[in-house]
Amino acid sequence: MSDRPDLDAWIARTADAPVRDVPFETMSGVPVDPVYGDGPYPGEYPYTRGVYPTMYRSRLWTMRMFAGFGTAEDTNARFKDILRNGGTGLSTAFDMPTLMGRDSDSGWSLGEVGRAGVAIDTLADMEDLFADIDLSAVSTSMTINGPAAVILAMYIAVAEKTGVPHEKLAGTIQNDIFKEYQAQKEYIYPPRPSVRIVTDMIRYTADEMPKWHPVSISGYHIREAGSTAAQELAFTLANGFAYVEAATAAGVDVDEFAPRLSFFFNSHSDFFEEIGKFRAARRIWARWMKERYGAKNERSMLCRFHTQTAGVSLTAQQPEINIARVAIQALAGALGGTQSLHTDSFDEALALPTEKAARIALRTQQIVAHETGVANVADPLGGSDYVEWMTDEMERQAEAIFAHLDDLGQGSILEGVYAGIENGYFVGEIADAAYRFEREINNGNRIIVGVNAFTDGDDGDKELLRIEAEVEEYQLKRLADVKLARNDDDVSRTLAAVAAAAQDPNVNLMPSILDAVKAYATLEEVSMAMESVFGTYVEKAII
Amino acid sequence: MSLKPFATPWPPPAEMGKPKRSIDELYAAARGGERRALGRLLSIVERGGQDADQISDLAHPDAGRAHIVGITGAPGAGKSTLVGQLVRDLVGAGKKPAVLAVDPSSPLTGGAILGDRIRMDDIVDPGVERTSAFIRSMATRGHSGGLALAVPLAVRLFDAAGYDPVIIETVGVGQVEVDVVGAADTAVVVMTPGMGDAVQANKAGLLEVADVFVVNKADRPGANDVRRDLDLMLDLSHMTGQESETGYRPPIVMASALNAEGSEEVWATVEKHRAHLDESGLRATRRQHRIRTEVRARLAQAMAAAAEATMDGDGATLLRQAEAADISPTQATNELLTHLLNKGPAS
Amino acid sequence: MSDEPQLRIILAKLGLDGHDRGLKVVARILRDAGMEVIYLGLRQTTDSIVAAAEQEDADAIGLSMHNAGHMTLAPAMVTAVNDAELGTPVIVGGIVPEEDVQPLLDKGVAAVLGPGASAEDVAQTVRDAVAAAG
Repeated sequence: MSDRPDLDAWIARTADAPVRDVPFETMSGVPVDPVYGDGPYPGEYPYTRGVYPTMYRSRLWTMRMFAGFGTAEDTNARFKDILRNGGTGLSTAFDMPTLMGRDSDSGWSLGEVGRAGVAIDTLADMEDLFADIDLSAVSTSMTINGPAAVILAMYIAVAEKTGVPHEKLAGTIQNDIFKEYQAQKEYIYPPRPSVRIVTDMIRYTADEMPKWHPVSISGYHIREAGSTAAQELAFTLANGFAYVEAATAAGVDVDEFAPRLSFFFNSHSDFFEEIGKFRAARRIWARWMKERYGAKNERSMLCRFHTQTAGVSLTAQQPEINIARVAIQALAGALGGTQSLHTDSFDEALALPTEKAARIALRTQQIVAHETGVANVADPLGGSDYVEWMTDEMERQAEAIFAHLDDLGQGSILEGVYAGIENGYFVGEIADAAYRFEREINNGNRIIVGVNAFTDGDDGDKELLRIEAEVEEYQLKRLADVKLARNDDDVSRTLAAVAAAAQDPNVNLMPSILDAVKAYATLEEVSMAMESVFGTYVEKAII
Repeated sequence: MSLKPFATPWPPPAEMGKPKRSIDELYAAARGGERRALGRLLSIVERGGQDADQISDLAHPDAGRAHIVGITGAPGAGKSTLVGQLVRDLVGAGKKPAVLAVDPSSPLTGGAILGDRIRMDDIVDPGVERTSAFIRSMATRGHSGGLALAVPLAVRLFDAAGYDPVIIETVGVGQVEVDVVGAADTAVVVMTPGMGDAVQANKAGLLEVADVFVVNKADRPGANDVRRDLDLMLDLSHMTGQESETGYRPPIVMASALNAEGSEEVWATVEKHRAHLDESGLRATRRQHRIRTEVRARLAQAMAAAAEATMDGDGATLLRQAEAADISPTQATNELLTHLLNKGPAS
Repeated sequence: MSDEPQLRIILAKLGLDGHDRGLKVVARILRDAGMEVIYLGLRQTTDSIVAAAEQEDADAIGLSMHNAGHMTLAPAMVTAVNDAELGTPVIVGGIVPEEDVQPLLDKGVAAVLGPGASAEDVAQTVRDAVAAAG
């Protein structure tokens, strides 16, 4: 028992929480408490110290490794491997044409088919991807945004065909369109119709798929594009507020969908800045959801997030030293209280990871989880003057950005985000930050080991993963076969219905998209049916 | 996008590098519709000097048909989007527009990022037929005087190569940019809500040169305020402005270029002004004004160059005397001027 | 102003790949080195780049590639430039494995800039490529 009544109360409350079956003591046998320092404690509003009371004592973060390449069949084999080895989470990367709503036979797709992920043209590919997998027993994460509605519809169609009801489907679709305009640039339509698609999906999943996370609000790509830590934090949370405003404006109650929103952050190399960022994210989200958006459900206030180490920090020079970078970034993610973590492979500055590099990456976070002892205590850095100051500083910078966006939107963050996209605010800020960083490296004010200092020892012996051109040939033939076998009248009819639904903002797009994919309309056909109504987004180049 | 199969044998043909052709050959090719030749000539024009003069002389007899439209406005007013939409409309209507987009260079390095080149392909349909429009970006190259020489010459070249209309797009911040746009047949000034644009435009002297006002982003709050401010200022200048001379009051068009709204009305208004120029006989006045502006700029530049040359050359003695305070600067100037004027044009 | 002709460089992303951080940084580097950068940005085609190179009389075309499509796309760009008889050198940057550099050069790419090239390397590579193209 401590001499702190609030801590005693917290310990009493968490006494029954399930804990992992490991000794919570140091390597030398010294027992440690589940938490130290002052409240509010983990699991208590505003959740600065963690979203769950006992954090990793109860359950380690999920080691979610993002993968996918080649054909749907290749990835299916890898999925089955994961399931055989006790995994339950499947994470899908799509190739660039799929991410842009293009078919493999489009002129735009040349050289890109199956390169950076799996190629999906029609429902037939999705059927291959999940062949012989019980969709009621897995959780699937799909990293796609612009054409997310079509891909989700294909997933639902596979479930229907295998007799799995909608409400049993569990998983996440990234579907964060705002950051596409700000950073990743994988958009199709202009912002407003794109957000309508997102809100249609939020509404559809709220009604039909209670275990599905319809949006994963992602700062990762904002950071990769060159933003500062505070910009990543602020832009991401502002995007989250914007979705909340859009969905509530569309008539969905905030507590009906907000508990299923999740976040995705970057973990870069400045250790304490990253930890401060993660802690600030939880506090800001909780306060805004409660105070500004009137959330009542505690789960609406929890900023639960996935973390990936910073791909952009990996160097092509002396690639092996990236293992050290990834370890430090992974440690920051764990100390920051992440719910899941992807660790990058050391060779990713050169190409897609080899199997060996991907294994080392996984082993790296396993070392952090099982050897370092950081999982024994929730928010072990809480109470450090520096960490608390950094958390406050991150919050202060983020609030200044929210104020600017609120101003731009005349009292609406949603309108502020639209305005910031249109006037180039986001891309301009990110480009400035990226350039400043590069200049610091170039003039030697910032040392990047192996790049502008300590450059000896690059032996040039680099083993790389190659995706063969056969994937493209296979995929083109597959697509041609499907087009030949399908009923063209059904395709035209269902595509016309998609376009008609697009024209009426009061109609939810999901049912008509589901019909179209079940008729084996291609990803591009469905995307173009909407584009004929919504138009195309062409960004103004801001350097 | 025609990502063609590798039909061309490797290694590539021996004739790498830009083909070297004479100015006459390039001009003939450009007149014949070869874009590459026109692109080359525009670079020569931009550099200035004797070759540029030669191009001007070649183009002069073939030019004079195109309607020249100047479009300016503050940064961020959405000019590029509007011009892009206008060009799309004009191409759709079977016209052959040229655009000269002028952007400032960095005064420090002379470098520039010309980042808002109009996209004609969009994303819709790779492999669509190449557009009839010709779009050229021009940096100010740190010396606004150069712009005053290069722009009229480039316009003449477009005109002679059969482009009509020729649109000059500038960022209306400096006097030279305002002059360039003001010397067009039709000067369009683009404004947006919430930037205090009407007041700024007034200060920059844009109100006096404008023939058409566009209030862009008209769906934004404050658009009607801009319109009201403009109307008010036009009322104030009623007695002295062009309205009192010719009865023409510059119309105000509300547009939203981002939503492709209003561009057709903008062009219809430009056409109306064009008709007004013809009916009132003002077209000739405009052209005279334009020629006068160009000749003045050329003269000023030639004189400045001659002055520099004289101070370093046969007038150096007089300059030394002034520097030594033996004679006054005004005395030195007057004697150098007499010397220069008697000497005749520089070789 | 020096008598040296001002270099005009087109920078573009060819195809669907949206990673433009590096290209934007290169744009500023070349501007700071005194060049005029015609920044075409994302989702360009070989046709749109050739059209811009013609109209802008570009001295070089810089492409940034991050999605492993470089072995297909970069030679396609060179072919398009040759078909249009432009003679404009094509420079490729981004993620290009070392072993791909020589094959790209063999296919007519003028230069390949690896990750981590300094600002001076970038500007000098462009100047050299332009000079070599004549």
